[in-house]
Amino acid sequence: MIYLDNSATTKPLDRVVDQTGYIMSSVFGNPSSLHKLGIEAEGYVSEARQIVADSLGVSKEEIYFNSGGTEGANFVISGVAKALKRRGNKIITSEVEHPAVLRAMEGLEREGFNIVKIPVDSKGMINLERLKEEIDASTILISIMAVNNEVGTNMPIEEICRVKGDVYFHSDCVQAFGKLDLKGFKGEFLTASGHKIHGPKGIGFQYVKSNSKVAPLITGGGQEKGLRSGTENVAAISGLGIAAAHGEKNLLNNKGYISGLKEMLLAGIESEIKDIKVNSPKDGIHNILNISFLGVRGEVLLHTLEQDEIYVSTGSACSSNKKGQSHVLKAMGLSDKEIEGAVRFSLSEFNTKKDIEITVEKVKEAVTGFRRLGSFR
Amino acid sequence: MNEEKILIVRCGEVALKGMNKPYFERVLVERIKRNLKEFHGVTVKRTEGLIFVRYPHDIAQNKLIHQVGKVFGVSSISPAVESESNMESIAAEAIKFMDENIAAHGTKTFKVEAKRADKAFPIKSPDIARQIGAEVLKGCKVLSVDVHKPDCHLFVDVRRDKTYIYRDKIQGFGGLPLGTNGKGMVLLSGGIDSPVAAWMMAKRGMLIEAIHFHSYPYTSPRAQKKVEELAGIVASYCGRINMSVINLLPIQEEIVKNCPEDETTILVRRFMMRIGERMAEKAGAMMLITGENLGQVASQTAEALVVTDSCVKMPVMRPLIAMDKVDIMDKAKEIGTYEKSIEPYEDCCTVFLPKHPVTKPKLENILASEAKLDVDKLVEEAVNSAENISIYPN
Repeated sequence: MIYLDNSATTKPLDRVVDQTGYIMSSVFGNPSSLHKLGIEAEGYVSEARQIVADSLGVSKEEIYFNSGGTEGANFVISGVAKALKRRGNKIITSEVEHPAVLRAMEGLEREGFNIVKIPVDSKGMINLERLKEEIDASTILISIMAVNNEVGTNMPIEEICRVKGDVYFHSDCVQAFGKLDLKGFKGEFLTASGHKIHGPKGIGFQYVKSNSKVAPLITGGGQEKGLRSGTENVAAISGLGIAAAHGEKNLLNNKGYISGLKEMLLAGIESEIKDIKVNSPKDGIHNILNISFLGVRGEVLLHTLEQDEIYVSTGSACSSNKKGQSHVLKAMGLSDKEIEGAVRFSLSEFNTKKDIEITVEKVKEAVTGFRRLGSFR
Repeated sequence: MNEEKILIVRCGEVALKGMNKPYFERVLVERIKRNLKEFHGVTVKRTEGLIFVRYPHDIAQNKLIHQVGKVFGVSSISPAVESESNMESIAAEAIKFMDENIAAHGTKTFKVEAKRADKAFPIKSPDIARQIGAEVLKGCKVLSVDVHKPDCHLFVDVRRDKTYIYRDKIQGFGGLPLGTNGKGMVLLSGGIDSPVAAWMMAKRGMLIEAIHFHSYPYTSPRAQKKVEELAGIVASYCGRINMSVINLLPIQEEIVKNCPEDETTILVRRFMMRIGERMAEKAGAMMLITGENLGQVASQTAEALVVTDSCVKMPVMRPLIAMDKVDIMDKAKEIGTYEKSIEPYEDCCTVFLPKHPVTKPKLENILASEAKLDVDKLVEEAVNSAENISIYPN
């Protein structure tokens, strides 16, 4: 199997699988329980919290576990809106955010909030000048992703933090955490997920800078200091900790290694296949390569490659089962044909040079085959 | 309390079938039994033109009614209570029945409708109604009679041994019991129409086999999953369906390479019919069923249907042919296939769509195009490549 869909989800590390299994079978206590089984479970949660905090260079008091990126985005956006609605009603975001952010924003829009979506250029980069101009006294939140999940554009989050003033800044770092060094993040909120970094699904965390005003999305037993009630998913939290530590330790090595594979993939496709358009920017994140094969349908390419156990994705996995085009590629100004032919390869440290060689060869075969047939369309 | 409960099941049209009546009723009883086989302790018997489902009181009545209601040939269902056929017993049961009604539905007014199937019974129907009405008025203090707009009709059906008392008549789908009208092969896509077509033919007593065409990798495996789930919904009415799944891509490739683009759809359609006919013969089905609907798309114009039909000998049933799309959609909603049908996975029909399909194909042109293909070989290969799946009711 050649798995090139790591932006959709990743294969959990063996140690993550072992640890979650062990905790589920042996340390099943509720961290809120007073007895020692509960305290033991709480220990695992606390350990993971420290690892995550260290990887961001923040205090462990500022880390809150939740169910992942979608919950994180919804929590920050609705929670800040609720907490600060008397201060203002303007929220700034971008056209290319993940649906978790965009749908939450649309919900607020229906409630009367003024949502401003900053456009992007042909490389998926937001117009920073526009963003600066939009910040005013009524602005209560800016939410911009660190890395775009479909094409890999690195957004200027440090720059935004420099110009944002007192306005709260949230960054959806689901595609960045574990891959980029996020130490020194100057915003108030950061969202990340376990299953994008070889951890378990259904777990994520939220960085909330101390003293930031935000209302909880889920209330109940008061876990996570009242910001996220619900019995802690101890096994998954611990697995997330292991994956985060692994990512942190191998950050530089992986970046070099995966960049090399990506360049090899790009060079191979560019030399072997005509009529393509590279949608990922050259300076984008090292593991995402989005390419349009003109005159080909991305989904057909996907199903052709899966017959050789090569797994890729068209646009983002979350929207490929909906009719309609990728909102990201559309915002970047791609034509219908270019959007239809777009395929995302997203790599991980577990891919090899051999994987890339085979992929280039099979993609070439599939594209040639389709173009021979598809010419009449 | 450990008493038995009763559903009275009526068969509408079945009752009209003269000499065949006992046969149809026997099949209907078998179908009801089959639909209820997951419930223990249920008996199904027919007496005096009615079918009685008797079941232990701990089985949820609405589940049972739902399952019986899915049996074709059932016109209506009434939850009933039974009493001895004498006036005291009838009155006592009627009072008990109405008390439960008052508790469950807040019934305030009622009217008794009596019927005497046993003419040997000494009291005439209007008198039964009057006397039972008087007893119920006395027995249940909070009720009054309203002969014009009662909250509830209390039906009293006096028969030789027993009398049945009931309130509701829950409509069934009608139709004829499955298996009383041969076997048909439906061309099942993932759309709205074909599952409805299959259902309608099954409702007239026809056993259903299915064939599904895809174009993997040009279509998603999820599209096939969707069709399997749709077939499962149809199977919940007509029982297990054998479905053959065939990849049309080799044929579509040949057509694209050799034939005019604007004829693609109609040529593919003719191949589907030919393959369908072959698979039908194999399965012992005597006709094809499609969801085609006059004028809905290019391949369903009158001209196109003539061209499509001319490649097979088997009759092609098109139960939706003259229905409006909205009515087909309503039917799909009623039988529960609509929500599944509108999930957006492409089936093979939409992949190789030409830009401007021919809407009035001429048979001689189509035959000329097919002359460029080895039709028999392509059909043979497709038939041999069929994958068989058993679809169970869901």
